[in-house]
Amino acid sequence: MFSIVRNYKIFFTITILFLIVGFSSMVIKGFNMGIDFTGGSIMDLNFKNPVTVSEVRDVLKEHKLGNSIIQLESVEGSDRASGVLIRTGVIEEDVRRAVMADMKQELGEYQIQRVEQVGATIGGELIQQAVMAIVLSWILMIIYITMRFEFRFAIAAIIALIIDVSVTLSYFSLLHVEMDSSFVAALLTVVGYSINGTIVIFDRIREGLKVHRRSESLSDMIDGCIWSTMTRSCYTVGTSLFAVVSIFLWGGETIRNFSFAMLVGFSSGAYTSIFLAGPMWLFLRGKKAGE
Amino acid sequence: MRWNELGKFIIIALAIIGGFCVYIQPLSNSIKQGLDLQGGTHVVLQAVDTPELKVDDDAVNRSVKIIERRVNELGLTEPVIQRQGKDRIIVELPGVKDPEKAIAMLGRTAMLNFKDMDGNTVLTGSDLKDARAQIINGGQAVVALEFNEEGGKKFANLTARNIGRQIAIVLDGDVLTAPVVQEAITGGHAQISGSHSVEEAEHLAILLRSGSLPVKIEVLENRTVGPTLGQDSKEASMKAFGIGVAGVFVFMLLFYRLAGVVADVALLLYVMLLLLVMRYLGAVLTLPGIAGIILSVGMAVDANVLIFERFKEEIRHGKTLRSAMDAGFGRAIITIFDSNITTLMAAAVLFYLGTGPIRGFAVTLALGVVLSMFTAVTVTKYLLRFLIYSKLTENPIMYGTSTSKFNTTKEVQK
Repeated sequence: MFSIVRNYKIFFTITILFLIVGFSSMVIKGFNMGIDFTGGSIMDLNFKNPVTVSEVRDVLKEHKLGNSIIQLESVEGSDRASGVLIRTGVIEEDVRRAVMADMKQELGEYQIQRVEQVGATIGGELIQQAVMAIVLSWILMIIYITMRFEFRFAIAAIIALIIDVSVTLSYFSLLHVEMDSSFVAALLTVVGYSINGTIVIFDRIREGLKVHRRSESLSDMIDGCIWSTMTRSCYTVGTSLFAVVSIFLWGGETIRNFSFAMLVGFSSGAYTSIFLAGPMWLFLRGKKAGE
Repeated sequence: MRWNELGKFIIIALAIIGGFCVYIQPLSNSIKQGLDLQGGTHVVLQAVDTPELKVDDDAVNRSVKIIERRVNELGLTEPVIQRQGKDRIIVELPGVKDPEKAIAMLGRTAMLNFKDMDGNTVLTGSDLKDARAQIINGGQAVVALEFNEEGGKKFANLTARNIGRQIAIVLDGDVLTAPVVQEAITGGHAQISGSHSVEEAEHLAILLRSGSLPVKIEVLENRTVGPTLGQDSKEASMKAFGIGVAGVFVFMLLFYRLAGVVADVALLLYVMLLLLVMRYLGAVLTLPGIAGIILSVGMAVDANVLIFERFKEEIRHGKTLRSAMDAGFGRAIITIFDSNITTLMAAAVLFYLGTGPIRGFAVTLALGVVLSMFTAVTVTKYLLRFLIYSKLTENPIMYGTSTSKFNTTKEVQK
């Protein structure tokens, strides 16, 4: 049986290296904030021949604006309409002109009702609020886990969560994936998912501690616990990733960044629960791997 | 074979599956959906100059804030409020029953004045601390006002000087009520009567609470628009969501066989209950809400995986199906309880501190966790018990173990 605890160096190194790269990217490259945060421009067009959302999106895709917000004026019982509202991020004047020319070529004549700049729909308040809520929920988690387990389990679990959130943010910065308002919800999902996995493994360790003999090393006991929950970990990760991947692949343009956040976060959550949480708890107890 | 137990299992399972097939469509259609999934009303407001008040950048920004407050106070889920160009504001409201009323409220200036008999303004809306709709004796709807410190003094002064005379409470030039002062009122509280209904009082209170607009705002246009997520993306993601869930069902069947059937039936019941409760509570489904559902489905499946894995372990240790089941549930329930309570606490914090998407996520997650604890643990337990007690099969392989009962003794671990 491969010892996760004794090989902790591999996992710690991978994680730390990745986070260094991720944080550097966050500092240097920053994030690609979506239209919800930055605002952009709104085009209100009236086509001569009614169009569908996907037709308009296909034209925008050619200019890498596929995840724009496209709303049709509602027409009862039809997915076509003449009135189209398109909200894109901040774009250059010549890009907009190219888009509008393509639109005319591919979708026919239209009248411009208005083209204007629009502001952000979510301010710093929502982010601030989310951060506050997450931090407070972590404090409550620490209290609960301390009550049901012990303080060191709580700290190890929260560190694992912080890593998951950082990994997700790193990916978004590194790959320059656009963050929109649903990102906050995706991140919250990641936190909920990851704590679940960690608790399952800690629950095993808690159980193992009761029958733990002095002759057996604590490291071996933790390894045993991680391996005995491995089938469960794989099954649970497998099913949830399957659901998220299918949304990522087939869920359409506007939902892709949302599912990407969950895809990365769930994977990281599984990784930190299995490979990091146990060894971290051991070290917090002041033991070394092998003891 | 004990037909009695098997019969119970089959009847309950068929009832759930049948109920799901019949009700799932109408049930999911009856859930209110947010702006991102359903669309709503797109309103463009225009700030206009008046002789007294000129439109400037700051005034438009302040108006955005006040309108945002009004929309939130109306309890509309995740609206879009956005500044457009120099002097316009876009407001998108999710499907409201009576959009005209809501729209009319957004543009109201809501300038409140307390005037004495000579027409002098003594107090304004900025002297208010709070305004709430209340029903007083006799079922009359009023708006209870609470003044700030300075406002309280001004009001005490006004009433002391006008005993036996009329004062007028005026909103945007219309007299709301003009009571005769009986005595000096010093407590810093007042009431506006004269509302026709509770709803009217409610709206007036919202207007007063959110403050008056710094400039005149006119409704330029309003129209109904499709979902912000895009009709195309919405359809695609619903399909993808279906594939994902179907995959989970197939997975449970493949890996846990009969136990997987039980888990799948419980999952069907879970989905129905979740939709039913959401509908009953009038919750609005948005994309963040769907994220909450994905997480809770994942946790429901996880609960079953935990139980069944324990069950398999106990079988491997040589226990009979029955005692393995009891031991498996007994042990797994502690794990499930701890992880679910942790999640539930987080959801509670998000609900109390959050607004908009954060709150939408918290509501579905909390509902999902509570309901899934019931279906994935209690319902699964009873169904599995019926199945095992029916002695349909004694072979543990049918419950997902890799070893059959007869050679377990050789493979007992440790």
